[in-house]
Amino acid sequence: MPNMETLGSAEVPVGACVPSSASAVRATAPPSRHSALVRVTHSVTIFCFIALLVSGAEIVISHPRFYWGETGNVLTTPLFQLPIPSSRALVPTGYGYVLPDQNGWSRALHFQAAWIVVFTGVLYAICSLLTGHFQKDLLPTKANLSWRMLSTEIKRRLRFERPGEAETWSYNVLQQLAYLLVIFVLFPLVIWTGLAMSPAFVSAFPASATLLGGRQSARTIHFFVSLALVLFLVVHVVMVFLAGFRSRTGAMITGRTATGSEGA
Amino acid sequence: MTDLSRRKLIVTGLAATAGVTGLGVAARLAEKYGLVPPDHGGIYGPGETLTYAAQRLLTRHSLAREFPRSQISKRPLANEIPPFRDDFKRLAAGGFVDWRLNVDGMVGRPASFSLTQLKSYPSLSQITELACEEGWSYIAEWIGVPLSHVLDVVGIRPQAKYVVYFSIDPDWWESMDMADALHPQTFLAYGMNGDDLPVGNGGPLRMRLPRQLGYKSVKFITRLTVTDSMKGFGKGLGSASPEGGYAWYAGI
Repeated sequence: MPNMETLGSAEVPVGACVPSSASAVRATAPPSRHSALVRVTHSVTIFCFIALLVSGAEIVISHPRFYWGETGNVLTTPLFQLPIPSSRALVPTGYGYVLPDQNGWSRALHFQAAWIVVFTGVLYAICSLLTGHFQKDLLPTKANLSWRMLSTEIKRRLRFERPGEAETWSYNVLQQLAYLLVIFVLFPLVIWTGLAMSPAFVSAFPASATLLGGRQSARTIHFFVSLALVLFLVVHVVMVFLAGFRSRTGAMITGRTATGSEGA
Repeated sequence: MTDLSRRKLIVTGLAATAGVTGLGVAARLAEKYGLVPPDHGGIYGPGETLTYAAQRLLTRHSLAREFPRSQISKRPLANEIPPFRDDFKRLAAGGFVDWRLNVDGMVGRPASFSLTQLKSYPSLSQITELACEEGWSYIAEWIGVPLSHVLDVVGIRPQAKYVVYFSIDPDWWESMDMADALHPQTFLAYGMNGDDLPVGNGGPLRMRLPRQLGYKSVKFITRLTVTDSMKGFGKGLGSASPEGGYAWYAGI
């Protein structure tokens, strides 16, 4: 296991290869905003999330009705139905047409992207535990968790205030809580509810479906957790724009961040 | 500096060699233990293979959930089916007395069974859920003869790896590995909820694999072939599903 901290922080800027004083370059190079581990796993996750979102939406179109409990179909009352056309004539949608069936590749892409993002997530979690990334960067301090601090931060967000210089190197408490929620609640839940829809997996681990209230409940929760992840994505991207799109995405790609005028 | 890069080079080289060798060994082992699905090629092949291999290791002997009678769906949904051809209409008009299940391939005694013959074998029932890949599902009591019993009657050869099964609809055929073929819940179902299996639900004879999605539970079964390779069937991908873009293995 390579030491991710060194991998991340000892980044030598590309093109700064001055042979006479390699160590001097290291000393003066700005530290990374994100470690190599975070940057690589973040990129892989972006691609997988987009693939999962598009293919997941496509699969939902084949039956845009949701139920609670073990079973549900067009002969039973749904919990709710999305007001969209369907790719199956079986579903009564109120639209006079049926969309083309795209489930084949959608399902294949969905599961392949799921495998990749799960492997990526496991690698990220193990390395982050070993390097202390969770404790150092994501765990809010006691002081920051006070109501006063939280409400100050919320007000700043609501005023669309640009983050200050200090936040170039650390996350604010709302950011920390949002990331922790995604990493430790939403991702595990979306994986669990996904597996609870697999007849083979459930045959080996029946509790994975019954604890959620049944197969259809698992499907409905999977849908809502996905919506929560999309909501996170939207807010996340808005915040990146607010903080400075070029510097923040640049930091996520190269690790380096421009300090000064554009560095906010 | 040069020492360091040389050491790095050696370590990287060794790691790469180990990685490639490891992958090679893994592929050989996977092939040997039947963890590679017939549709393992193409861009989605790695995902399909990972799913199949992982679930075969986890679920070779696991049993699908069975439900209490009270959870049986009031109306078992009959999904859309393509219009019947004349051969089916003729058999239906005769009350399916001339329906035949032909079994051939790598078997000791190829045979042709009538429904009456199939019904004379030990009849079992299971209350399991049928889940469609689209998302909907229902629970029914399925009555039939375990596929393993029919395979015992014809005597499968030891090299058998797949059971291919065909619907009377020529576009609809599937196959399963021996883990599913010999699984106690894999049924040739001829009854549902205490009655004959309705045509809408696949009657008179339907394959039931409760550990896989509904599209593997092919309706109107007329033929089984036991084989050690899927190469000679269709495009060699295992069934009609991968030819239409769907996964051969539908345990997910």
